[in-house]
Amino acid sequence: MTDPIKLYPAKPEKVYFFATCLVDLFYPDAGMAGIQLLEREGIEVLFPQDQTCCGQPAFSSGFNDQARDVVVPQLDLFPGDYPIVVPAGSCGGMMRKHYPELFAGTPWQEKAEALAARTWELTDFLLNVCHIRLKDQGKPVKVAMHTSCSARREMGIAEVGPRLLGQLGQVELVEQARAEECCGFGGTFAVRHPEISEAMVNDKTEALVAAGAETVVATDCGCMMNIAGFAEKNQRPLKGQHIVSFLWERTGCSDGEGEA
Amino acid sequence: MTQTSTLSDVREFHPRVRTALDNPQIRSNFRNAMDGLMGKRQKAFDGWDLDKLRDLGAAVRLRALARLPELLERLEANCIRQGIQVHWAETGEQACEIIGDICKARQARTVIKGKSMVSEEMELNHYLEEQGIEALESDLGEYIVQLAEETPSHIIMPAIHKNTTEISDLMHERTGTERSHDVDYLTASARQQLREKFMTADVGISGVNFAVAQTGTLCLVENEGNGRLTTTVPPCHIAVTGIEKVVEHLEDISPLLALLTRSATGQHITTYVNMISGPRRDAELDGPEAVHLVLVDSGRSSVYQDPELMDTLRCIRCGACMNHCPVYTRVGGHAYGTTYPGPIGKILMPHLLGLDSTRDLPSASTLCGACGEVCPVRIPIPTLLQRLRKESVDGDRLRPSVVRGHGSKRHWKEVLAWNAFRWIFASPGRYRLLGMLMTRFRAFTPSRVGAWSRYRSAPKPAARTLHQLVNERAKGGGR
Repeated sequence: MTDPIKLYPAKPEKVYFFATCLVDLFYPDAGMAGIQLLEREGIEVLFPQDQTCCGQPAFSSGFNDQARDVVVPQLDLFPGDYPIVVPAGSCGGMMRKHYPELFAGTPWQEKAEALAARTWELTDFLLNVCHIRLKDQGKPVKVAMHTSCSARREMGIAEVGPRLLGQLGQVELVEQARAEECCGFGGTFAVRHPEISEAMVNDKTEALVAAGAETVVATDCGCMMNIAGFAEKNQRPLKGQHIVSFLWERTGCSDGEGEA
Repeated sequence: MTQTSTLSDVREFHPRVRTALDNPQIRSNFRNAMDGLMGKRQKAFDGWDLDKLRDLGAAVRLRALARLPELLERLEANCIRQGIQVHWAETGEQACEIIGDICKARQARTVIKGKSMVSEEMELNHYLEEQGIEALESDLGEYIVQLAEETPSHIIMPAIHKNTTEISDLMHERTGTERSHDVDYLTASARQQLREKFMTADVGISGVNFAVAQTGTLCLVENEGNGRLTTTVPPCHIAVTGIEKVVEHLEDISPLLALLTRSATGQHITTYVNMISGPRRDAELDGPEAVHLVLVDSGRSSVYQDPELMDTLRCIRCGACMNHCPVYTRVGGHAYGTTYPGPIGKILMPHLLGLDSTRDLPSASTLCGACGEVCPVRIPIPTLLQRLRKESVDGDRLRPSVVRGHGSKRHWKEVLAWNAFRWIFASPGRYRLLGMLMTRFRAFTPSRVGAWSRYRSAPKPAARTLHQLVNERAKGGGR
C-alpha cells in the first residue's frame, strides 16, 4: 500500500528523450538543455521523431478513449531497453503511474507496463542515476523552487530539485510559504474552474514574491506557465524558468568551460 | 436561508464558488483554520511511523469492507443480544421515518442531538420538525450552524466558516447572549442553554464512529461531553450510522482511533471516548432505558458493488482531506452544496445524489494529490476522482460507466475538442505540421485564449519546436 520503492538503474549508455508537447511547442530550450545535460554526462540521447503528447490532457478530463488512441502509436517508439527520461513530473507521472491503469486489461497492457517501468523524470535521473556534479558559473541570484504536485507525489522527487540547486554555489534557494501547495494549474482545471485556479495561483505568486525570489524554478512547464503567466499579467516581480534550462544556463552551457 | 442538498442547489456550483471567492471573510476564516489544523495534525503524528499506521488503518477498513454483509449481520445479532434494537434503512427517508416512529411511540416532543453527518445527509432535523418534534443540536459547532439556519461547512468543524464576531452577533440575535469576543463566555452561554435541554429531552440522537461487530459496541468520540450526555441522559438513545462504519474486532478500534483524532484535530485522543453497549442494566443508575441503532444504506451498497469505488467506503470521516485541499481551503464547504464537502465529498456525493446533479464536482480538483497523501486509511482519492471524471463523460468504451447519472457531463463540443486532439496527436505527421504552423505563425498567436488569459498572459509558441531543433542539430546545423 505504501508507494513501491524506486530502484534506479545503473547509468546507461543511451536514453530516450520524451520531450512532452508543452516543451516541444513552447519551451524547447528546456528540452535542448535537458538533452545537452544528459550528453555532458556522457549519455547518448535518442529523440524519437514520432513522439507527440503523453495523452494526459484527455486522460485527466475523463476521455480515456482519445488518450489511449494518442498513446498507442507511441508505445512502439522506444524499442531498445534504455530508460525514457521526461522533463516533467506531470507527464512522467502519466507515463509511469497512469499508463498501466489506462491500458490494464487491453492488448497493450504489457507494453505500457514495460514503458512505465523505464520512465524517469529528468532531474531525478540526472541526480540519482547520473550522479551529476554541477559547477556554478553564474552570478549570485535568489531563486525559489516549485516542485509540481505530480513531481512531488507521483514521482516522489520533492528533494531532487533543491539538492541540484544546492550544488550551485552562487544560487540562494529561498523557501516560499506553503511550498508544497498546488499552484492551481491542474491542466484543464485552469480553464474549467478559472476562478479557483486564479485564487490559487495568486496565493502562490504572492508567496514566491514575499520569499524574495527573482525567479521561480519549476520542475514542470505547466506550473511555470501558470505562475509566470500570472506574474506577468499582474506585473508581479517574478520570472519563471524550467529547472533544466536553469541548470544548463548556470553551468556554462557546455563541458563546464563556460562557453559564451 | 436553509441550505439543503437539493438537486438544483448542488448544480449551482460555479455561482457558489464565485460568491465564496469574493468573500474575504470566508477566504480568511478557512485559510486560517485549515493552516491551524494542518499544523496540529503534523505535530500530533510526530514520532509515529505514519506510513505504517496508515497501512494498518487501511488494512483494518479493507478487511471489514471485504466481509461487510457478514459483519453487519454479526453486529445486528450482538447488538440485539445487548438489548440494542436494530433497524435497517435503505434510504435516508426511511431512516427518518424509523426515527420519527420511535419518537412518536415514546410521545417525544424534544430531541437532543449529538453530531452526526448521516443525520445531515438525510436532513433529519427538517423531517422531525415537520413531525412537530423539536430537534436541538448540542455539538457547539452544530448548535451555531442550527442557529444560523445553515448546514455544516466542514464534517468535523461545522461552523468553521464563521469567526468569533459572526458567532457573537448570531448568538446575540438568536438567544439574547451579550456580544463578546470572549470565546469562553460564548461557550458558557451556549452550554447553559443546552444543559437545560439535555435534562428535559425525551430522546437523544447520536452518530457512531465505529460499530464493532464482534461485541455489538458503538464507539463515539467527541470533545464537549455533549455526546456522553446525549447518549446517557434522555430515556431513549437512537444511534444512527451508515452501514460502512462497521469494524470486526474491538481491537480494530485502536489503530483507527489513533488515526482519526490525530488526522482530524491533531489530538492524541478526544476528551470523551464513548463505548456504548446497550441500555441501562437492572442494577445500574445511569443510561437510557432504550437504545436503538439505525443502519442507513442510502446509496452505500451500490458503491459497494464496484471493487474500485468501494474504497470510498473506507472513510472514517476525519476531514483531513478537506483540511489539506487547496480547493476546499479557497472556496469553503458551502460552495460544494453537498453534505460532505471537499475531496471526500467529491468522491462520495456522486454515489448518494447521482453524477447528474454533482457533475461539476469531479473536475473541481487539480488532482494535486494532497488529499490522498494525508488520508489515514489510504483512500486513493485522486484515482477515484479520475474514475468519476471518466464516468461523468462516459469516456471509456472499454470500461462501461456504472454510477447513476453517468455521462451527464458529456457535451458534444467537448467530445469534438478531444476528437480533434486525437486527430492531431495520434498522428506524428499531423502533429509535426501543427508544430510547423505554430512556429511559423507565432506572430499571430492570440493574446487572449479563453479563461486562461483572464488571469494570466498567454504563452507564445517557440520560434522553433524541439523537434526542429533536434533535427537541425543532427544535420550538422550546430546547436
